[in-house]
Amino acid sequence: MTDLASAAAPKMKTSWWRDDASEPVRRNLGLTGVLVALVVIGLVSAPDTFATSGNVLNILTQASAIGVIAIGMTFVIIGGGIDLSVGALTALSAVWCTTVATQGFGGGGMLFTALVVGTVAGTINGVLIAYGRLVPFIATLAMMVGARGLATKISNKQTQPVNVESINRLAENKLLGIPVLVLIFAGVTAVGWVVLNRTTFGRRTVAVGGNAEAARLAGINVRRQTVLLYALSGLCCGLAALMVVAQANAGSSSQGDLYELDAIAAAIIGGTTLTGGRGTVIGSLLGVVVFTTITNLFILNNLPTEVQNIVKGAIIVGAVLVQQFQPRDLFRKR
Amino acid sequence: MTDSADTPVDGPPLLTLTEVVKTFPGVRALDGVELTVRQGEVHCLLGQNGAGKSTLIKVLSGAHRPDAGQITWQGRSVSFADPQAAMRAGIATIYQELDLVPDMTVAENILLGHEPRTAGFVRRGAMRAAAHTALTRLGHGEIPLGRPVGRLPAAAQQIVSMARALSREARMLIMDEPSAVLAHDEVSNLFRIIRELRDQGIAVVYISHRLEEIRQICDRVTVLQDGRTTAADLPATTPTAELVGRMTGRTLEHVFPPRPPRAPSGELLRVEGLTRHGEFSDASFTVGPGEIVGIAGLVGSGRSELLETVFGARRPDAGHVLVDGRRLKPGSVAAAVRAGLGLAPEERKSQALLLGEPVQNNIGLASLSRHATAGFVRRGAERAAATEVADRLELRPQDVGRRARTLSGGNQQKVVVGRWLLGGTRLLLLDEPTRGVDVGARAELYQVVRSLAEDGVGVLLVSSEVPEVLGLADRVLVMREGRIVHEARAEEIDEHTVLDLVMAGSLLEGAAQ
Ligand SMILES: Nc1ncnc2c1ncn2[C@@H]1O[C@H](COP(=O)(O)OP(=O)(O)OP(=O)(O)O)[C@@H](O)[C@H]1O
Ligand SMILES: [Mg+2]
Repeated sequence: MTDLASAAAPKMKTSWWRDDASEPVRRNLGLTGVLVALVVIGLVSAPDTFATSGNVLNILTQASAIGVIAIGMTFVIIGGGIDLSVGALTALSAVWCTTVATQGFGGGGMLFTALVVGTVAGTINGVLIAYGRLVPFIATLAMMVGARGLATKISNKQTQPVNVESINRLAENKLLGIPVLVLIFAGVTAVGWVVLNRTTFGRRTVAVGGNAEAARLAGINVRRQTVLLYALSGLCCGLAALMVVAQANAGSSSQGDLYELDAIAAAIIGGTTLTGGRGTVIGSLLGVVVFTTITNLFILNNLPTEVQNIVKGAIIVGAVLVQQFQPRDLFRKR
Repeated sequence: MTDSADTPVDGPPLLTLTEVVKTFPGVRALDGVELTVRQGEVHCLLGQNGAGKSTLIKVLSGAHRPDAGQITWQGRSVSFADPQAAMRAGIATIYQELDLVPDMTVAENILLGHEPRTAGFVRRGAMRAAAHTALTRLGHGEIPLGRPVGRLPAAAQQIVSMARALSREARMLIMDEPSAVLAHDEVSNLFRIIRELRDQGIAVVYISHRLEEIRQICDRVTVLQDGRTTAADLPATTPTAELVGRMTGRTLEHVFPPRPPRAPSGELLRVEGLTRHGEFSDASFTVGPGEIVGIAGLVGSGRSELLETVFGARRPDAGHVLVDGRRLKPGSVAAAVRAGLGLAPEERKSQALLLGEPVQNNIGLASLSRHATAGFVRRGAERAAATEVADRLELRPQDVGRRARTLSGGNQQKVVVGRWLLGGTRLLLLDEPTRGVDVGARAELYQVVRSLAEDGVGVLLVSSEVPEVLGLADRVLVMREGRIVHEARAEEIDEHTVLDLVMAGSLLEGAAQ
């Protein structure tokens, strides 16, 4: 009876290119194309300034804080949620870690405070969503408003200058010629990729976002995973807050304004689907870099910011359209 | 039952397919299919899982475009750009996975996409009337028009699906495994409806893996193997052995593996007075190590709910579940999985599969930590384990890197069951494990379940197919309206007795009040 097993389906040879395995690459292809186009525009419109190593590092430095947040956001969205509070959590962490009292503990104390504040607030988001059964949109919207308010209250609407030497120097510090902030961004991206693609945590994230009921019936603790995802996003905000503070040499409740929109947009144009279960860290990285490059081009060419936002809007739509269009459609016989 | 094969229809062909080819990346799903359907006949499509049946009907219904080949409909060569075009031409389809909108009402679902309207406003009265007419024509005018479809039992949903197809003046009705979700008496009702439609001159294309149904309902049979037609227009009287031979290229000797002579001893699972109000009450039974216990009953008799409650996916109102004499934490799947329980749920798409993920990840989902070191998944080990399971269950294609979405219905089912074969499962709860699985793979699956039992795994099996319960299980529980009404050793009870015990009031009538 076992010989029934030998009937195999007819197989066709397919190139790697048309295979499932290449899908992440194909999905990021459009975005890479956009980036290449932007570089070409930069080379043409600002030949002297665009391609300098100083400018490239400048772009990456600009991208670093928002990039760290976008990585956390990517996990939340893949897990089937959304986090609107990231900008506010960045402000709250920034303010909390720059109070006079906290600064007394030095750079390490400030980092610790920022991370703890972000993580705790993120955990509250997660608990409200997983155990309080609030819709992610509502829970994080409330946190967005509340955390920004708390940040304003703590700082008393004042900008809090930083007097800690190590933090003030952080933004200028370089390692092997690369700014430390960029290295942090690169490190977070690498860790994010590994966690998403190689660990059980990543698998669970995809499962919970892709089909929560299936995940539950497979024995995965969906609620716990949800809490962890929002805590992770909060942790990223805490880290980003310190990076923002280091760049401004100050903490203020207006920092991180509209970061939630940039982070969500970066993840979306990077191929992460809002319905959950699908997305890549590399896509979000490219998304952030594309946005920052656009800003950079506008500054180099002295163009008004209104136009810049129009272009960004167009890019969001364009990138999503490109992702839906699979290159293999090109080769298909009709 | 009438033997429809006595009156073969020989009208002009309504539909002819020649040399139809459809490829997906990596698979030639259809590789030169020939099919002729005549007016007023019931035409069955047979073939193993992944043979291309669903793909074929998707080509017919305009959901897929063929790469090559010709479709002739009512004498003219056609090419349907989309499902709307096929519907306008008179081809209605009921897909393998029901495609109703659960939150919309019965009437809204039936008229979805072609609601009677005036200046953009739906004429609700006309809509209800049209929906009622369609349901009455199917002999089910009692189904409440205003009820959300998601709250109807499976059989009634099926009727709604058919009513939707009929409300479009179809000349041909395609049904992809409609009986898979139905219980025994509901299947006979379905057959009655199909015969009536046939007598009204409508052609029906019918797909099923239950060979005994072929003889009951079909006029002619076309067999597919690996995307090719291997036999066309066979009479329905063709012996089963020959049909199986044409499908698989081999013969199938026995379906159910023999039971071991020794009665299993000991106790693995004990369920005491388990109750969920409105679903089932006072369920008490045991499962021993190495024992297969089958639960027979109608769809809606509370079997799936009972299974899910044992597994901790639902919280009981009373009673408890003990594994090895220790109480399981109620309502906790994690506790159940830790104790070695595994559940292959009824609804594979909504309850079990990550459709966008590879088969490997789907099979590995319940044993992530077993194939991980310090939180890192050992993908090689996972792949090897998944491949072995795929091998055991005859997954086609066997490649575990394919996305679950691209597998045929029966093969998706194998992935769901396969998840719990990775080891560590001591008590396997199977809810309709062979739904949509072909004869060959079914025999293989039974063999796998029996060999698991021989290794000491306890199995609790729910199935709407009474012969399956009787053939595979050592002991049988019969459920009716949420209560276990009978318990017997499988050898000591026959199909007839089980059906008598089970049939006290059908579900469709239940939906009427
Ligand atoms: N969207 C898709 N992408 C890639 N491959 C596909 C897709 N849909 C179907 N296939 C493949 O085409 C083949 C035929 O599948 P199909 O669903 O037609 O089988 P079937 O005869 O209906 O099987 P079953 O009895 O299990 O329902 C299978 O090998 C399947 O994996
Ligand atoms: Mg099918």
